[in-house]
Amino acid sequence: MQTPLHHHHVALNAQLTDFAGWQMPLKYGSETTEHCTVRRDVGLFDLSHMGEIYVSGEQAVEFLNFALVSDISKVKVGKAKYTMICDPSGGAIDDLVVYRLGEKDFMVVANASNANTVAAELTHRAHGFAVSVIDRSLDTGLVAIQGPNAKTKLAKFVSMEIIDELKNYSCIETEIDSIPILLARTGYTGEDGFEIFASVDQIAKIWELFIAQQITPIGLAARDTLRLEAGMPLYGHELNLEITPIHAGLSRIVAFDKPDFIGKTALVELSSKIDRKLIGIELETRRIARAGLNLLDESGQVVGQVTSGAFSPTLGKSIAMAYLNSNIDLATAKISVDIRGNIEAAKVVTLPFYRREA
Amino acid sequence: MSVPTNLHYTAEHEWLDQTAGTATVGITLYAADALGDVVFVKLPDLGSEISAGGVCGELESTKSLSDLYAPVSGKVVETNQAAVDNPALINQDPYGAGWLFKVEVASVGELLTAAQYQAQIA
Repeated sequence: MQTPLHHHHVALNAQLTDFAGWQMPLKYGSETTEHCTVRRDVGLFDLSHMGEIYVSGEQAVEFLNFALVSDISKVKVGKAKYTMICDPSGGAIDDLVVYRLGEKDFMVVANASNANTVAAELTHRAHGFAVSVIDRSLDTGLVAIQGPNAKTKLAKFVSMEIIDELKNYSCIETEIDSIPILLARTGYTGEDGFEIFASVDQIAKIWELFIAQQITPIGLAARDTLRLEAGMPLYGHELNLEITPIHAGLSRIVAFDKPDFIGKTALVELSSKIDRKLIGIELETRRIARAGLNLLDESGQVVGQVTSGAFSPTLGKSIAMAYLNSNIDLATAKISVDIRGNIEAAKVVTLPFYRREA
Repeated sequence: MSVPTNLHYTAEHEWLDQTAGTATVGITLYAADALGDVVFVKLPDLGSEISAGGVCGELESTKSLSDLYAPVSGKVVETNQAAVDNPALINQDPYGAGWLFKVEVASVGELLTAAQYQAQIA
């Protein structure tokens, strides 16, 4: 499939890659330069492949509280919440951002790879609730501008009053050049930034306006290293059906005190006996510790697996996220990674690897 | 993409500047572009003997890992530490500052002329 911005990517000589059935820009030039541009200035992303599922109705809050792991009743109108949809065993079906558009109106944003699954699962779980679940993924375009200068660039099109009012993880319906948009202060880079939802027919105009402001387009390669530095999980790597939010260090998003929700029994049980946890590591070598490689203890025993690894352009180091067995004592353990037979020393560090200055 | 006409090439995208005496070896711009940003390079040890067509090092980029093949047989007499410390040089200037190592040529392997290599990547 192609996003409504496909012809722009081709015209910009992007190297295209298949991502969940979508032809997406991997990079337009150097992925390292793109990464650093977002950290230092501002970058533009096409995220039109992501899923947008609208949930509305009298029982929208009750329904989402049953279907998702977080307490959606606590999300105020105009706010957004990072959450998950889990299966009965607690495994992550997808990680989501839920935007509360009105008292009884929500938009659920799902990963492109899971959009159909999430739409189907929400529809299924909605039986018996007074709600409508409508998948508008193919009608909705999405671009993001991310970086310390995102605010300044956005101010060319949206009043500074609106921007200043729009706190982190908030959203507002407004317009850019008379095009109706949902403007959200969310992102996946660790920087300040905005995500802009508009109809597929009009998203190209928004992209063109940002390009005309000399905002650099950024491909998926840099998006991946940006989110890794920011310690954010990527579905299919840090998360999958075998991994619960508790394993991923995301217990805080699970509302254990909610009356009932799918996955609750399993998650409550797991929370006291977790067998592995997500950690960050920094390597001494410049080699990349890629997903699937084994973590070893001093005696050479396998004690975990890498889920994502990259050379961090910001830190100038090879970094990775990995699952480490819970019985390993981080205070004393000497961990290494087996990279094709090279046993490379790894230092366990606190996530995220990178945090922007407040 | 044009390739320098004064160099010799391998089918695996290495270049070398001469086929006798002390030759400088690197990878081509085509290979550097295909790899993407190189973040790690492992070169043959100084003083080691390499064998034409054999694996003598590795290059790792964001996207993938590639072996480095020896274009000739001989003894490695110099390695480019600047490229090891800053592999971005390999992307920025693969025929210049991003060279990889120098070798005293004992015998050559199967090499391509610039025209042949140009045809291969066309």
